[in-house]
Amino acid sequence: MDKTINQKAWFLVLPVFLVVAFSAILPLMTVVNYSMQDTFGNNQFFWNGVGWFKELLDPSTDLGGRFLASLGRNLLFSAIILAIEVPLGIVVALSMPRQGWTVAACLVILALPLLIPWNVVGTIWQIFGRPDIGLLGYTLNSLGIDYNYVSNEFDAWATVIVMDVWHWTSLVALLCYAGLKSIPDAYYQAAQIDGASRWAVFKAIQLPKMNRVLLIAVLLRFMDSFMIYTEPFVVTGGGPGNSTTFVSIELVKIALGQFDLGKAAALSLVYNLIILIVCWIFYTVMTNAGTERPEKQGAAS
Amino acid sequence: MARIDLVDLAHSYGGNDAPVESFALKPVTMTWRQGGAYALLGPSGCGKTTLLNLISGIVTPSRGKILFDGADITPLSTQKRNIAQVFQFPVIYDTMTVGENLAFPLKNRGVPRAEIDTRVRQIADLLDLTPNLGRKATRLTADAKQKISLGRGLVRSDVAAVLFDEPLTVIDPELKWQLRSKLKALHRELDLTMIYVTHDQTEALTFADTVVVMHDGRVVQSGTPAELFDKPEHTFVGYFIGSPGMNIVPAKVSGHEARIDGHVIGLHRNYGVLPAGANIEIGVRPEFVNVAAPASGLLSATIERIDDLGRVRFARVRIGDAKFAARVPPGFSVPDNDVGLVFDPAHVHVYADSRLVEGVA
Amino acid sequence: MNTIPGRRIIMVVFLIFLLLPIYWLVNMSFKTNTEIVTTMTLWPHQPTLENYKRIFTDESWYSGYINSLTYVLINTAISISVALPAAYAFSRYRFLGDKHLFFWLLSNRMAPAAVFALPFFNLYSAINLFDTPWAVALAHCIFNVPLAVWILEGFVSGVPREIDETAFLDGYSFPRFFVKILVPLIASGIGVAAFFCFMFSWVELLLARTLTSVNAKPISAIMTRTVSASGMDWGLLAAAGVLTIIPGALVIWFVRNYIARGFALGRV
Repeated sequence: MDKTINQKAWFLVLPVFLVVAFSAILPLMTVVNYSMQDTFGNNQFFWNGVGWFKELLDPSTDLGGRFLASLGRNLLFSAIILAIEVPLGIVVALSMPRQGWTVAACLVILALPLLIPWNVVGTIWQIFGRPDIGLLGYTLNSLGIDYNYVSNEFDAWATVIVMDVWHWTSLVALLCYAGLKSIPDAYYQAAQIDGASRWAVFKAIQLPKMNRVLLIAVLLRFMDSFMIYTEPFVVTGGGPGNSTTFVSIELVKIALGQFDLGKAAALSLVYNLIILIVCWIFYTVMTNAGTERPEKQGAAS
Repeated sequence: MARIDLVDLAHSYGGNDAPVESFALKPVTMTWRQGGAYALLGPSGCGKTTLLNLISGIVTPSRGKILFDGADITPLSTQKRNIAQVFQFPVIYDTMTVGENLAFPLKNRGVPRAEIDTRVRQIADLLDLTPNLGRKATRLTADAKQKISLGRGLVRSDVAAVLFDEPLTVIDPELKWQLRSKLKALHRELDLTMIYVTHDQTEALTFADTVVVMHDGRVVQSGTPAELFDKPEHTFVGYFIGSPGMNIVPAKVSGHEARIDGHVIGLHRNYGVLPAGANIEIGVRPEFVNVAAPASGLLSATIERIDDLGRVRFARVRIGDAKFAARVPPGFSVPDNDVGLVFDPAHVHVYADSRLVEGVA
Repeated sequence: MNTIPGRRIIMVVFLIFLLLPIYWLVNMSFKTNTEIVTTMTLWPHQPTLENYKRIFTDESWYSGYINSLTYVLINTAISISVALPAAYAFSRYRFLGDKHLFFWLLSNRMAPAAVFALPFFNLYSAINLFDTPWAVALAHCIFNVPLAVWILEGFVSGVPREIDETAFLDGYSFPRFFVKILVPLIASGIGVAAFFCFMFSWVELLLARTLTSVNAKPISAIMTRTVSASGMDWGLLAAAGVLTIIPGALVIWFVRNYIARGFALGRV
């Protein structure tokens, strides 16, 4: 659709701009401000320039060490959950019933984990994994597997990962399902006529048409998993030790726990910057993918 | 290449137990000649796409049989029927080049590589796609993509029939004509049975040797374009074909005469006594009714407007409440209000309950 | 052709996987603490409604739900009403800086909440909105407004320009056209956007807890104080958890058809 050039459109956009600016720019300004200062308390600040940033990126300092370690944990975490959730989501989307009341029933159950407050998600798995009162913990231990997410690092990681898969695979599945639904029947009919095998149909028709939604799913999941806070915090509190302390948990500890404003602010900015870069990639790819689409089909069902 | 027979074929989307009147396709028995170029013509919802999908196997019929060269293929899946179908919008495989698209059906059937290459090049040449063989299929224009869709159907040498479901819908008007001519040329060259579904009579009449007109789930008439024009067997065919369509007006008919509005019109054949209680109408194409100065011997009508189509003028008139169209002879200056109508008896047909009545000579 | 072999089994197994932890929570919510701690039973052998009764009668508990619902509804209302004109602008017009503005909005949606925790704490304290539902509602706008604009822009783009032009030709003023013609046409889009706003605001917790202390405490904060003298009150915690799932379940049950339709338009 052709858009006309109209600078008055800014009036329509103004409310959005103001609301988000109020929520975003003002705090960010304070953050930038704090990030370059140090304090002895009592609201006395003195200039520290890029001191905090240097410390942040230096693994030998306390700040740098904690930041880089938690960053590493985040990257590992995101890689693992993406490797599980994306294929699983695609498989679930392909397993959706075609029509009838079962479709709505499946959609509702699939969406359920997405609508649970994140601390309740943490609580559910905190309970579920306990060997004394949780079904999972109890069953595993009675089968002879020594499972304790409080004291064992591996078990803590496993629990956090399974919890995330439980929580978010549905999002990938629903997005892929939306992508699949938009494929007109004629494509499948043509493939039938062409004698294509099931796998060929997936490779030649379904996967390409799901490209866009898959990309959205991957980027959304990457960014959300990179920022994860509540769920692991409720289950493990960042432990045992700091084995599940991710960047946001680290940040909140420094900012609200220690009230170390300067360090927290610097960390926030670098954290935000990483996200911003990924977001920029997301945006570029999406808008390019949009323009690359061929001319609109006439009768998409 | 195959002869297709439909035996008492019918389909209902509402289940096999629905009343026949509600069927999307009412029972039909007919033969499609091998190598024939057919058009399935009718307005939206008349059942033509249903019929097409029954032949291709996308839909399983509620009742009846379909035979290819005498063999009952009704239980066979689409794959096994060896037909090709071109849809309303181009269906291509986005990730493949044009050449790979064309090769796809052959690859799936395990045809040797060398044979695939020859065949693909043959078909590409036929469809003027050769310069594009290496390009990604998504980058082509809509009409080129439709040609690829068609090509995938033609590339299998044993294809039984090619079915088209309104394939020119998304094509630009300038290119429609080109593509249509191409299809006709292909038909002549490859001697394939082609069935072309459309709601556009120009497409149908220019493409097909035989036009099958459908209305409300029924095959109403099947014949050459000339037959459909000159002797419509159903008032719907008369009205649908031709522009403007045939005039249909109620009349009283007996023997050699028809009475409209109290006025007598001579008929070419003798119609004896017609079934009582039937809705009697006469149909005559505007090309065969001339406008003249009002006279006592002529049926009189009131002028509403004149349509000037360049090479011919049509007068839109009213006889009583009925609307009518008639030809204005060249050079004739039309009076303002009333005119007389001169009928050519040879082209006046009689319809009872919308069906043509064959009189006696 | 468009499904995979064994899909029924895969679906059933996956759905069981999703339902199992929830079932366990529901199971626990109907048990007494004694039963929970002493035995492992698949269903309550001594079922009790005590946990739920406690929540419904104790103000310090049910106020949590009311607070949460309050800020969620306020946020949804603000986000949608602010996003609608913006979505129209992005869809219909090109203007100076439009692409950058869109990107900036999107980047806010993706911002880590942790980054805003401290600044918001300071900001809302400074303007005296700390510990009110307004603070949380406004804070959540960072995420929800861009999301709403994104979703609604897609739906507005699905309405042909000709409709706008016809309306203006017919003499509709812009506000009247917007309310009487455009909004009804994108109703399912508004439904989808409202659903996502509700969802993200309901589940977000870091900011909700940071910006409240006593008066506007959301249910999430209250749930963390179920430790009593006799140890963790598991049954109560479970019941509280179950009650937080119900609004979400209800919402999705009622909008399931709109969601399906909205998804089918390919604009999530």
